[in-house]
Amino acid sequence: MEVTKVSHATRVFKIGEVETKALRGVDLSIQDGEFTALVGPSGSGKTTLLQLIGLLDQPTSGNVTINGQDATPLNRNQRADLRKNAIGFVFQFFALIPTLTAYENVEMPLLLNGTKPAERKKRVNEMLEAVGLSDRAHHRPDQLSGGQQQRVAVARALATNPKLILADEPTANLDTENGRQVMDIMKKLNKDTGVTFVFATHDPRVIGYADRVVTLQDGLITKDSKANGKS
Amino acid sequence: MSQAFKLAFRNLGRNKSRSLLSALAVSIGMALLLLMVSVLEGEMSGALQNTIRLQSGHLQIRPASYEENKISLKWEDLIENPEQLVEKLKSLPQITVATPRLTASAILTVGDESKGVQLLGIEPDSAANQPFRDGMLSGEFINADDREGILIGNTLSEKLNLKVNDKVNLLVTTSNGDVNEQLFTIRGIFTTRTPGYDESTVFMPLAKAQAITATENHASTIFVLLQNSDQADAVAKALQSNNYKILTWRDQNQFVVQFEDYANAFFIVIYLIVLGITATVVTNTLVMAVFERTREIGILSAIGMKGRGIMAQFLAEAALLATGGVIGGLIIGGAAVAYFTVYGIYIGDYGLTGVLFEDHIYAHLTLANTINLAVVTYIITLIASLYPARLAARLEPVEALHGLGD
Repeated sequence: MEVTKVSHATRVFKIGEVETKALRGVDLSIQDGEFTALVGPSGSGKTTLLQLIGLLDQPTSGNVTINGQDATPLNRNQRADLRKNAIGFVFQFFALIPTLTAYENVEMPLLLNGTKPAERKKRVNEMLEAVGLSDRAHHRPDQLSGGQQQRVAVARALATNPKLILADEPTANLDTENGRQVMDIMKKLNKDTGVTFVFATHDPRVIGYADRVVTLQDGLITKDSKANGKS
Repeated sequence: MSQAFKLAFRNLGRNKSRSLLSALAVSIGMALLLLMVSVLEGEMSGALQNTIRLQSGHLQIRPASYEENKISLKWEDLIENPEQLVEKLKSLPQITVATPRLTASAILTVGDESKGVQLLGIEPDSAANQPFRDGMLSGEFINADDREGILIGNTLSEKLNLKVNDKVNLLVTTSNGDVNEQLFTIRGIFTTRTPGYDESTVFMPLAKAQAITATENHASTIFVLLQNSDQADAVAKALQSNNYKILTWRDQNQFVVQFEDYANAFFIVIYLIVLGITATVVTNTLVMAVFERTREIGILSAIGMKGRGIMAQFLAEAALLATGGVIGGLIIGGAAVAYFTVYGIYIGDYGLTGVLFEDHIYAHLTLANTINLAVVTYIITLIASLYPARLAARLEPVEALHGLGD
C-alpha cells in the first residue's frame, strides 16, 4: 500500500527578486514498510522534499498524498490534523521541548490527539522502552546526551503509531556510536512494527541501512534504486 | 488546558528574572492604580462627608425665597418659628437631627486687624454640633444662654493670634440693613481639620445671633441629618411644601459631584496610560519569548499542534504573568493604600468654593474598586498577549523550523 505519493512537485522560493527552484518536478511513491534514504549533496532538495511529504510546506505546483488522501487542498489546521495522526518527525537538531521531561516530550503528541490517560501512560512507557530510555523518563533534554535526545525524538515520532516517520539527517549531530544506536533502533522498529521510514542523509554509514535509496540533485530525482539495507 | 499551563509555568521559569520583572511591571501598574483610585475615592468621599457633616447636612430646609450664595437676613428670606418646624420634622423616623441655624456675614476685629467671617447661630445642645464639640482644642463649648461668648476656629485664632478669653469685636449687618456691633469673649477654639472652614466660621448661640442681627425667632435654615444619605431624596419628597425649599446634600454639593465626575474622567486617561505601559512590557516580554522559541513553536506545529493550541500556550503564559502581577499588585498596592488610609497625605489648606477639603486626604479603597481594577488589569494583560500569541500561531511550521537542513 502507498503511504505517500508526490506527483510533479515543484517548490520555488522567492527571496526579493531572486527565485530559487528547490524542487523542479519530483515524482515519488513510498510504499508501506519501506526504509528509504533520500540522498544528495547540500542544496539538492532533500529537506524540501521531506517538508512537502511531512505537510510542513506546500508545493508550488503538484500534489502530495498521505495514505491516499490528497493534502494539497487542505488548510493549515487540516494539515496539522493529518500530521498529528499520520506522520512522525525526527529532526537533525535534537528537537525536544526543553522544559519537558523525556516522558512528557513523548507524551505530547498523544495529548494532542486526545489519547486517554491510561493508554497514554502505557504507550509512552512502551516507546521509551523501545528506544532503551525507560530509566531516563524523568530527565529533561539538557540532562540527556545527544544520542539519548535523538532516541527520545524517535520515541515521540512513534508515539501516535503513525504509518510514516520522516527523519531529516537524524545522525548529523551525533558521534558514530550514538548515530549507529539511533539507526539500529529505527531499523528495528521498521522491521518489528512495519512503520515506514523516509530519511534524508548524506552519511554513507546511514545510507547503508536503507533498502531503497533515492538520489536527488538540483531539485530532481536522478536515481531511485533498491538496496540491501543492513538489519 | 492544564498541559498549556504546565508548559507555560515552566517556560516562564526559563528566564526567571525577565518573567519576574514583567509580573512586577503588572504589579506596580496595578498598585499605582489602586493607590490612585483609593486616594481619589478618599478625597471625594472625604470632602463630601466633610461638607455634609459641617455645612450642608443631608437636607436643608430653606424659605421659598432662598437663593444660593446670597446670605439674606430679611425676615421674608428666613424661616419664622423654626422650632415648630423642627418639632414636625422630628416625627419622621429617618431624621436623626434637625436644628435651626442662622447665617450672617460679620467682620471680626481685634486691635488693628480685622477679618470677614461667617457668623453661625447654632443651638449649642444639638447633636449636629458634635463635630465641633469633638474638635475643641481649648476652652469650652458655648452655652445656649451665653450672650457674650463665641467659638472660633484654630486657623483664625492662629492668624489673628487669639486665645481663649480674648475679647474681639464683631460687626454685623442686621435684618433691617443697619449695622450692629458688640464685644465678645472667645469661649473656645475648635478645629474641623478643614483650614478654610476653621478660618472663616464663628459660632454663637442662636438666640444671641438672632438678637444681634434683629432676626428674632427666625432662622436661615433647618439643618437636617438622616440615618443615611440615600434617604435624602425620599425624605425631601415627603417634606415638599410651597413655603419651603428642600435642598438635599446632592443639590447643595453639585460642584463636588461634578468635580468627582471630572476627576474620574481625568483619571481614566491616567489609568489608560499606566495600563498601556504595563501592557507594552507584557507584549515585549512575550514577543521576545516568541522569537526565542520559534523553533519550539515549529516542533509543536510539526507534531500536530494547531494555531489555536500555540496561541493558548502564550495566552496561558500571559494568564500566569497576570495572576502573579495582580497578586503582587494587591500586596504592594494594599500596603500603600493601608499606609495612606491611616496616615493620609497632607494637602494643607486646599480651598475650593463650596467644597470642604480636610487638611489630609485619606485613601479609601472599596471592594468594588479593588475587584474592578484586578479584573481590568488581568484583562489588559491578556489583551497585551494577543499580538505575540497570534504572531506565534501564524508562524508557518517550515519557517519556524528554519535550519532543519538543506
